[in-house]
Amino acid sequence: MSGAEKIAVRVTEITPVNDLITRFRFERTDGGPMPMFSGGAHTVVEMKDGDVTRLNPYSLMSDPMDQSAYTISVRRDDEGRGGSLFLHNKVAVGDEMVISYPVNLFPLDLRAKKHLFFAGGIGITPFLSQIKQMERTGGKWELHFAARNPGLAAYADTLTAQYPHHVHVYYDDDNQRIALESLLDGQPLGTHIYVCGPKGMIDWVRNTAADLGWPREAVHHEEFLAPKPGKPFEVKLAISNKVVQVGEHESLLEAIERAGVDAPYLCRGGACGQCETDVIDYDGTFIHRDHWLEEDEHASGKKIMPCVSRFEGKTLVLDR
Amino acid sequence: MTIQFNDETFREDYSFKNSPWAIKRFPFPFDKDDYMYSVNMEPHRGGREGSVFQNRFDVDEHYVSEMRDRALVLDNDPLRCQSLPHMTLAGWDLLELIMVAKSEDYPDLFELHRDGNRWRWVNKPMGIDDTFTFLDEATLPYGPMEYITRQAQGDWAVLDQRDDNLWMDAGMITTQADWSLDFDIGMNFFEWHAPVPLAHEKGIFVRALKFLLNIQQGAPARRLNWTMTVNPLLDTSPENYHKWGIQKTTLTPENIGAKQHLRVELQTFYRLPRSNAMVFPIRCYLCAFQDLMTVPKWGRRLHRVIRDLPEELATYKGFIDNRPMMIDYLSQFDDGLPTSPGIWPDLDTEPQLQK
Repeated sequence: MSGAEKIAVRVTEITPVNDLITRFRFERTDGGPMPMFSGGAHTVVEMKDGDVTRLNPYSLMSDPMDQSAYTISVRRDDEGRGGSLFLHNKVAVGDEMVISYPVNLFPLDLRAKKHLFFAGGIGITPFLSQIKQMERTGGKWELHFAARNPGLAAYADTLTAQYPHHVHVYYDDDNQRIALESLLDGQPLGTHIYVCGPKGMIDWVRNTAADLGWPREAVHHEEFLAPKPGKPFEVKLAISNKVVQVGEHESLLEAIERAGVDAPYLCRGGACGQCETDVIDYDGTFIHRDHWLEEDEHASGKKIMPCVSRFEGKTLVLDR
Repeated sequence: MTIQFNDETFREDYSFKNSPWAIKRFPFPFDKDDYMYSVNMEPHRGGREGSVFQNRFDVDEHYVSEMRDRALVLDNDPLRCQSLPHMTLAGWDLLELIMVAKSEDYPDLFELHRDGNRWRWVNKPMGIDDTFTFLDEATLPYGPMEYITRQAQGDWAVLDQRDDNLWMDAGMITTQADWSLDFDIGMNFFEWHAPVPLAHEKGIFVRALKFLLNIQQGAPARRLNWTMTVNPLLDTSPENYHKWGIQKTTLTPENIGAKQHLRVELQTFYRLPRSNAMVFPIRCYLCAFQDLMTVPKWGRRLHRVIRDLPEELATYKGFIDNRPMMIDYLSQFDDGLPTSPGIWPDLDTEPQLQK
């Protein structure tokens, strides 16, 4: 079986947070305790939407040491393939679902003397659990949170009320901007930077830190990609001897799974590397979207990450 | 099942011995008649009833004596137990993992009573009954990792995960096959494995690291490793090489059956929940050649493996000089018959020695 261990859960609360974001609370159907986790971990939620099964990763935002339930916050994506729309529109309190054990691809570096968090929009979620962990274990932290406007800055109110000296909020609509360079300049030695948000924000923080001479090991980021829709294409799976059609709103990995082939995966967001697959033959163009493979690997035509990447052309043969 | 604990030593008079029960459940590491490195990992989710794989952390007849030996080692050399400052949370994770596993798997020997953060731990074999506050170090006589690993057989390497690597940042290492925590502390996976021959060229460590980095909560893994030890010594450390290294020269054709031990490590790998660190328990099992030879299949196979092992491996594992004597001894137990696949003794189905 691929992926992390599974947990059978029941949806016990659905709470609208703002116009776009809704919070879901999951408790185990057997009434047992949830596994503890580390701040920054995510869970993969299985969504059975008619004939389609989607598995999307969401950061856990609850207290890592609270074993009564997990909570996630989901931003509705009207342009996406439907995972967030399914959660927003079709899931009701009392529904039974399956989620994965926690997996952390965005852990705190516990050597840090101080943790400096940068969040953009829905990118706030992993920091919510990390802040709770820091408060439990006595770590030093500071949050800089950018959102479009107060209406879309999920949890900004509660955070600023609870930690007025740690939390700084910036609204794009008011032309407020993080003074990144001077902020990074004034940090004590041993500070680690963490950024989660839109790609542009991640690149800005990472590049600025690099330009200022921050060590690569002290700068951490997480960006989950949702698989994007694209033109349908055909793939041949050499080991299992199957030909599969990948639909417009389906990822290559989902099509492989639909064909009954057990392919490895973990994050399903192009970050963890588990689903890396060898290409045996191709005639066409790859649309690589992952963060895992190096540029030369993308160019080589020998590897693909089927969770987020696609293909356009005549022939694609995979070693699967 | 109630375990009868041995009163035995792993030093000086070496009164260590395996009961017939312990011999039959010894984790014989060779699943076929030859051996080469491989990643050889499998899920650690129970195993054959009564085997060392059945429970998360096996407790056997050597438990109390092994813990006494560990305390002696630590008295002489406190640096066998170290934890860098950022690893304390992982230590609490480990304490919880071991206490929960032992109390669930051996309820007649261990009890854990939790009331919020107020925990009471009862270890009947060692006569311990302590109450403490979880996550408050001041309420325990040692740090959390040291406290619990003074009560758990085998070595414990606690590895931090960062920068796509594993770091040897804490551990309790007193029963090791010639490596030193004090030397390796703070090293990454490739650095501490640097002395191993052949495996780097085969790309084994790159693949093994990739596998380990992806071990997730709730899905531990395991593998076996092995070496040879003259006399039933748990502490074969570099720090004490001057004491035990010389014992390798005391082997004779007359005493080899009793003195030469196959040393097997049951290595398991767990993701720790709060810290996202990994714990790598390395549990050492010793069995004298003469005891192994009571299992006909193991007699045949051990001879073939040792005879055909590449020279680099026999050198690295420290028995190249004694190998001819081992082969002479073991050949008496090899009649050339085929062996059944797998590691199990198969006492009911494998033929008795035909010579």
